[in-house]
Amino acid sequence: MDALNEAFALLLGGDRETWWTVGTTIRFSLFSTMFSSLPGIPLGAALFLGRFRGKRAAVALVNASMAIPTVVVGLFVYSFISRSGPLGSLNLLYAPGGVILGQSLLALPLVTAMCYTGLQKLDPRYHETLLTLGAGPWRRLLAILREGRLVIVQAALAAFGRVTGEVGVSMMLGGNIRWYTRTMTTTIALDAGKGEFERALSLGVVLLCLALLVNFLSHLAVKDD
Amino acid sequence: MNLHRARAVVRAVAVTATLALVIAPAFAMGSKETSGTQAVAKPAPANPRIRLATTTSTENSGLLSYLLPIFSQDTGYTVDVVAVGTGAALKLGENADADLLLVHARAQEDAFMAAGHGGERRDVMYNDFIILGPKSDPAGIKGSPNAAAALKRIADAGLPFVSRGDNSGTHTKEKDLWKANGMTPSGIWYKEAGQGMEQVIIMADGLQGYTLADRGTWIAVKDKTSLAIDYEGDAGLFNPYGIITVNPSKNPAINAEGAIALLEWMTSPRGQKAIADYQLGGQTLFFPNYRP
Repeated sequence: MDALNEAFALLLGGDRETWWTVGTTIRFSLFSTMFSSLPGIPLGAALFLGRFRGKRAAVALVNASMAIPTVVVGLFVYSFISRSGPLGSLNLLYAPGGVILGQSLLALPLVTAMCYTGLQKLDPRYHETLLTLGAGPWRRLLAILREGRLVIVQAALAAFGRVTGEVGVSMMLGGNIRWYTRTMTTTIALDAGKGEFERALSLGVVLLCLALLVNFLSHLAVKDD
Repeated sequence: MNLHRARAVVRAVAVTATLALVIAPAFAMGSKETSGTQAVAKPAPANPRIRLATTTSTENSGLLSYLLPIFSQDTGYTVDVVAVGTGAALKLGENADADLLLVHARAQEDAFMAAGHGGERRDVMYNDFIILGPKSDPAGIKGSPNAAAALKRIADAGLPFVSRGDNSGTHTKEKDLWKANGMTPSGIWYKEAGQGMEQVIIMADGLQGYTLADRGTWIAVKDKTSLAIDYEGDAGLFNPYGIITVNPSKNPAINAEGAIALLEWMTSPRGQKAIADYQLGGQTLFFPNYRP
């Protein structure tokens, strides 16, 4: 319980490093959410609208990709952005860019799948009406995204929740560098191992609050459906 | 209809406000980070970020958190520390993913230089390894003739021994000691943790077992454990650290100037004095030993 008291003391006392870590995590996560949603949402919608051969396989592939462990995504991206790898000249490894790239790839299948399954729950007559009105594929994509905007919000929130809570990608691609790429989860992994439970616990509390907040917002979106 | 719309507006406002609450501090903290991290006295060099790959011991012991702000103050560079084992640090150097290395496994360092991965290598400091264990020393390693014999007593007693298991400098030293016994440790008593020095000491404490540690990390974490030094003093437990710049011809992205600046500073009288000045609980953790 002492540790818990000290944890709250760190948070309420405005410990600079603790709050810096919280800010960095949110910043990385916002970028990752954006970069995974930009391609993920149109992809999900295209998957929903598209009538093509191999669609079932494509959906299965997206669903399966959601289960790829974070460390595998990390390892894969690592081999590309290492200075001895093909994208080495971009200098992304052990920098915020690397973490954001890895997290975006991690969240991409999740956003795509959430968007696809969410749109399926819309009233099917809406899409049929669009078809009978003779709307082209681009018009239909835009219309369906408009109609399913809450689905999109939910997908983006899910991505945000996923990347704030992951540790594999942040650790492997960010290198847990103090004042640079250290995030809440890498700090927790590091501090708990060192027996410094106070900061780990205080960040755990913030992570928990963030998760609750994301769920709360997501819930609001559902209620509107 | 109107009521429904009003509700939607209220909800939209609530969602926006919560999002703003989350987003605003994220970026407010972000801007503070560059201005407040280190007081920069001199104008920043052309490429102000240096990436140092190092062992966990220099980071866990607090040495780098003490030295690097002084270096930054002197030169305007910011040093990004990636703390991994010596083996992993050398690998990062080989792949050009670090600009310089601070490591402690002389044989591997020499191999790194011989393979042309390094630019320049200098001795920088030393301390020694010690064997930690329960205060009661159940394996009776106190008074062993040498470090290898001490490890053999632990193995014979079948008491828990936590190994770094990560190809770090400490792990390399440990493997050498087992080899001196002609042993390949295995069994339920031998735990390969694959973690940093501090974590491994905490694990050994939890298991009330033994482990090989560097004295710097031990001094930094001893108050958090109930362990004690059960064996020390063998000349074979000498633990020298080297600083190595990565060969800049490997990759144009390497911050060669920054790497040289840090290497020079660490081995300068000012840097060497700073290393000697770093103490915890009245004890010196690392002893400077650069000879020009």
